[in-house]
Amino acid sequence: MYAQMIKSEATKEDPVKLAAFQARIDAGEKIEPKDWMPEGYRKTLIRQIGQHAHSEIVGQLPEGNWITRAPSLERKAILLAKVQDEAGHGLYLYCAAETLGVSRDELTEMLLDGQMKYSSIFSYPTLTWADMGAVGWLVDGAAILNQVPLQRTSYGPYARAMVRICKEESFHQRQGFDIMMKMVNGTAAQKHMAQDALNRLWYPSLMMFGPSDAESVHSEQSMRWKIKINSNDELRQKFVDQTVPQAEYLGLTIPDENLAWNDDKGGYDFSQPDWSEFFDVLKGNGPASVERIEARQTAWDDGAWVREARMAHAAKKQATTLAAE
Amino acid sequence: MSVAGLIRMGDSTLVLGQRVSEWCGHAPALEEDIALANTALDLIGQTQLWLGLAGEREGQGQDADALAYRRDPWDFRNLLLVEQPNRDFGVTMMRQFLFDTWHLEVLRTLAQHPDAEISAIAQKSAKEVTYHRERSTDMVIALGDGTEESQQRMQSALVRLYPYVGEMFTIDPDDLIDMATLRPGFDAHLTATLDKATLTRPASEFAHQGGKTGARHSEHLGHILATMQSLPRSYPDAKW
Repeated sequence: MYAQMIKSEATKEDPVKLAAFQARIDAGEKIEPKDWMPEGYRKTLIRQIGQHAHSEIVGQLPEGNWITRAPSLERKAILLAKVQDEAGHGLYLYCAAETLGVSRDELTEMLLDGQMKYSSIFSYPTLTWADMGAVGWLVDGAAILNQVPLQRTSYGPYARAMVRICKEESFHQRQGFDIMMKMVNGTAAQKHMAQDALNRLWYPSLMMFGPSDAESVHSEQSMRWKIKINSNDELRQKFVDQTVPQAEYLGLTIPDENLAWNDDKGGYDFSQPDWSEFFDVLKGNGPASVERIEARQTAWDDGAWVREARMAHAAKKQATTLAAE
Repeated sequence: MSVAGLIRMGDSTLVLGQRVSEWCGHAPALEEDIALANTALDLIGQTQLWLGLAGEREGQGQDADALAYRRDPWDFRNLLLVEQPNRDFGVTMMRQFLFDTWHLEVLRTLAQHPDAEISAIAQKSAKEVTYHRERSTDMVIALGDGTEESQQRMQSALVRLYPYVGEMFTIDPDDLIDMATLRPGFDAHLTATLDKATLTRPASEFAHQGGKTGARHSEHLGHILATMQSLPRSYPDAKW
């Protein structure tokens, strides 16, 4: 979900090797960095883990937007800790991607030049304090649904990174819900902010799961490889079903006139998001897309002298140590 | 009696915590982003303790949040050093290094304070600040003794910020301790670090004054507070 529209690579290796590989996956074995793997599997995973890592890093920005304006010392500390966790998630994921033979710097450059994407949700602006609640409640809520099954993904380092990440994400979601509780029980202005945040973030949250599986050409191979565990529609349905009662509990209205319980399927019927907007966002036309990449580019460019200096200093230290031996 | 001194401690950790948190998502590398957020987090935590105790001792029903979010710039008693803008990463780390070096000396002394509550906060904070100082010291050394560009940037950061060092050590009855006695410890660490970092201590000991007394803050503080206090000031009846 932090990984959307991941193109699955075709693979042309020796059919015997491929069959043995598939058998390992079917038997529930974990694939480890030194094991043989099809080139397509490796490339697809790099794309997926990389996009997930980038999403964590770009995802710091919309929340970082409110750290300096958090309305109490406690809220400031919680938000700082949360954004720090996200940077940590980025770090685990880049490390997992590195085991597949791509460096963090290479991945960063691919994000900056547009070859790699980040989740569409982070191209939306955070406009009021209630967005800090709604991001935790909806965005982290949606992320958890996707990431819990990924703890069982076939690639060992990815699965292990997801175990650590999931623990922290559920804490984030609870914090988000707690902010929403305070807002809906607060002043008229706070209630207004809460409803407005839900109105703006509801459909972008539904988009996080990616387009319908009927249109997703890459899902099948990824599911066979256990890189993707559930279908996009399945997870979206689960998200709606779990979120509607939460919104009711908060006394907020989900901005969808077609939302209705369907007894036959045992879930809610709901409206699809505007998928043309989703594709616009993926192309870099999200409301805050330009600012997000600009911020990452500036951090990268302005930080170059620091990274170079640290390397130079490390080299000097190493030379001194060697000379002393 | 100790309220003014507690507020000084809490205001400096608050304003620096606020400044450092501006880096979130913008640091030169992921590891630095995490470390800066961690530093900011520690400083905000320390603020809650110092201002919490100040409010309690003042006895007028103000908690740490009321002191942080409802006071005007002229009531703030933070050091001028911590209001200075982040500018580049070099200035940020030099500011951190100068502050941490002073801060650790202060906390080690306050840890022995006869007032048990003050001593408890200082002991807890000193553990965190020991790590802050270690990290900012290593960074000043690495960037000073890095490339030609980084050396120049760190030297100009030092020149820019050194005039804010003197204020940390002026003798003032409102401080919890006699700050002047801490100068030799500060100087020893400063000299050793600058030496390894191939940086030169500025010759002038000129020092700006007015932060910790509140007599004259820099123009920066008003902007910091305008941002930080915007929600509680705009919605005075709201609970967050």
